[in-house]
Amino acid sequence: MFGLDRKDTVFMLIVVVIALSAPILLNPWPAASQMAQFNAGYPDLMQRFVVYGIFAIGFNILFGLTGYLSFGHAAFLGVGSYAAVWMFKLLSMNIIPAILLSMVVAGLFALVIGYVSLRRSGIYFSILTLAFAQMSFNMAYSVLTPLTNGETGLQLALDDPRILDAANTTNSLPVTNLFGAEMRSSVTWNVGGWSFDFSVGYYVCAVIMLIAFYTSVRIFRSPFGMMLRAVKSNQQRLNYTGINSRPYTLAAFVISGMYAGLAGGLLAAMDPLAGAERMQWTASGEVVLMTILGGAGTLIGPFLGAGFIKYCENIFSKINDQILHQWFALLPDWLENTLVTVLHPFIGKGWHLTLGLIFMLVVVFLPGGLVEGWNRITGLFRRKPKAKPSATTEPAE
Amino acid sequence: MDAILLQILNGLDKGSAYALIALGLTLIFGTLGVVNFAHGALFMIGSFCSVTLSKLFSLSFETVDPTKLDFLGNPSKVTTPYVQAWFGPELGAAIIDWSVPLAILLAIPVMLIVGYVMERGLIKHFYKRAHADQILVTFGLAIVLQEIVKYFFGANPISAPAPEVFRGSLDFGPFFGLEANKVIYPYWRLVYFFFSAGIIAAVFAFLRFTTFGMVVRAGMADRETVGLLGIDIDKRFTVMFGIAAAVAGLAGVMYAPILSPNYQMGMDFLVLSFVVVVVGGMGSLPGAVLAGFLLGILQSFASMNEVKSVIPGIDQIIIYLVAIIILLTRPRGLMGRKGVMEE
Repeated sequence: MFGLDRKDTVFMLIVVVIALSAPILLNPWPAASQMAQFNAGYPDLMQRFVVYGIFAIGFNILFGLTGYLSFGHAAFLGVGSYAAVWMFKLLSMNIIPAILLSMVVAGLFALVIGYVSLRRSGIYFSILTLAFAQMSFNMAYSVLTPLTNGETGLQLALDDPRILDAANTTNSLPVTNLFGAEMRSSVTWNVGGWSFDFSVGYYVCAVIMLIAFYTSVRIFRSPFGMMLRAVKSNQQRLNYTGINSRPYTLAAFVISGMYAGLAGGLLAAMDPLAGAERMQWTASGEVVLMTILGGAGTLIGPFLGAGFIKYCENIFSKINDQILHQWFALLPDWLENTLVTVLHPFIGKGWHLTLGLIFMLVVVFLPGGLVEGWNRITGLFRRKPKAKPSATTEPAE
Repeated sequence: MDAILLQILNGLDKGSAYALIALGLTLIFGTLGVVNFAHGALFMIGSFCSVTLSKLFSLSFETVDPTKLDFLGNPSKVTTPYVQAWFGPELGAAIIDWSVPLAILLAIPVMLIVGYVMERGLIKHFYKRAHADQILVTFGLAIVLQEIVKYFFGANPISAPAPEVFRGSLDFGPFFGLEANKVIYPYWRLVYFFFSAGIIAAVFAFLRFTTFGMVVRAGMADRETVGLLGIDIDKRFTVMFGIAAAVAGLAGVMYAPILSPNYQMGMDFLVLSFVVVVVGGMGSLPGAVLAGFLLGILQSFASMNEVKSVIPGIDQIIIYLVAIIILLTRPRGLMGRKGVMEE
């Protein structure tokens, strides 16, 4: 179906079902219960799952397939956000033109940076992309202030032209929409103790994510994808067979840049605001972490990694000492207090520590990321453990 | 003339820091072949050694002095640092004042141990793994180290002042026959420059003139052959890792008075230092030092108003711009060796 073989079709259908029912699946605990803080089913967080999922899926097309480790991918995300917000300011609050423009602009930007950076490989490529991204970040803060509004970030204003929209008569800022359906509006469904939010914004992002995911599956299975894998496994041999690998790597770079632009455009569509900090190298590092954590070179891995990191960021940073005391209330007091003291550095503001530790553990023990962990677990239950292809990634050198 | 001289001087202290960090990075890369993203964190730990020591020295106890009365007529409280009580008021005050240079003595063993533990505990297992894995695991380690420091010292910068003697500025003008008060340069930055020049010289002398250094250099050139000669090269490389960590730490210790340490300072320096290493050429020690000073000085030139008015914003991007140009025209960096980090 849709040009996929049977296994991929089933896989794709599972992803579709999960994505569309996420508001229910991610809300397993009743709203009033103690455990409700672990629910992830609110629109804002779910949107971030899928948007960063798109970002990581795109990054994986470059890193997972060709092995080129870019340390400057956040630049494309940032450029996409700026383009989208400019579209909201000048043309219309409809998100379609904004997203299209952000993809085009990010793609062109990636074409330029990729054309220059791909002349080198290995760590030199990483440093070149990093240098370009940091340059864009610094320029967005200083010289390009008329375009980017510097530190304040690019925002909507009441007197923006918005030539396609009807004149703004109300005295409040307009809301992003998709042909009239406002991104922020949602329907709440209360069943028993549960309360599920179905928001327009999430479903728009989820459908776009599914399209992006489908595209990435097709790329993975295509002759083009095979060529990219060949670049990763042995670029020299590829060159000796008389194939110029540059156009392929450049195409992969541009495609993944466009994915990043799409993610940036969607971020702006959720909340029409674009700041330069989205382009900083820490943001580029984050997408690398997501991809590796999930499993580079696998289809679903990057998406899982993005979800995992964003979930931890939200949940771990919300837990505080009081909540810990509630959990351990049944234990004797001395044990309760010791446990809380021990866990204190890992929660709340210290969740980065947890992230760093999880990350190190994954790289040390599970080089293939969460997907490899899953394969190992399911492998235990299979009668004949199949030798699975290793999912580790080596940079092109 | 005076403006140019001033910018060269301004570039020196930042350049020294870049050169020291890049030197350590190159040492680790050249010996162990590991791309260490936690090197910035080592720099940061070093500068927190300064903070720790100056905090320790100013620990004090309170006594009530009945002879002095405050304005309400109550006997006033006098705080005396313990060091002053132990070593007498003058020597004690001097120790507190000189806490940053004294922190060097604390930092050397601390950094050697940190480096040794890091290498044996974690990095040892990553020699055979891909560079991407090395980058990622050390990146994770850097986050962990940062968060540990943040847990103990908080997120705000903590100042660690230089000794009283070095707090003023030196007027350079008269040395070069220029007007007085045109080229003014803080003493401490001058101290920092000479300090780092000393360390760089020491590292080079160690590698050049000692047997240990000779073996290490041989191991950098051809690890396998040195191993076949019956030398346990891994042990020496571990020591080199410790030395590289100490170099980064010392760079941090003395940098504390210039930039108040906060837990993120390492990352900012790390990114720039990587650019420096690549510009200098992966695996080349002189290249790292040269590129460090070059980029530091270029950066300070770019922040001159005259230059900024011609090309706005150049001060923000000059380092990256230079890096891009050099990498595209000289693929191995300024002094890179053939065959390092290539196919």
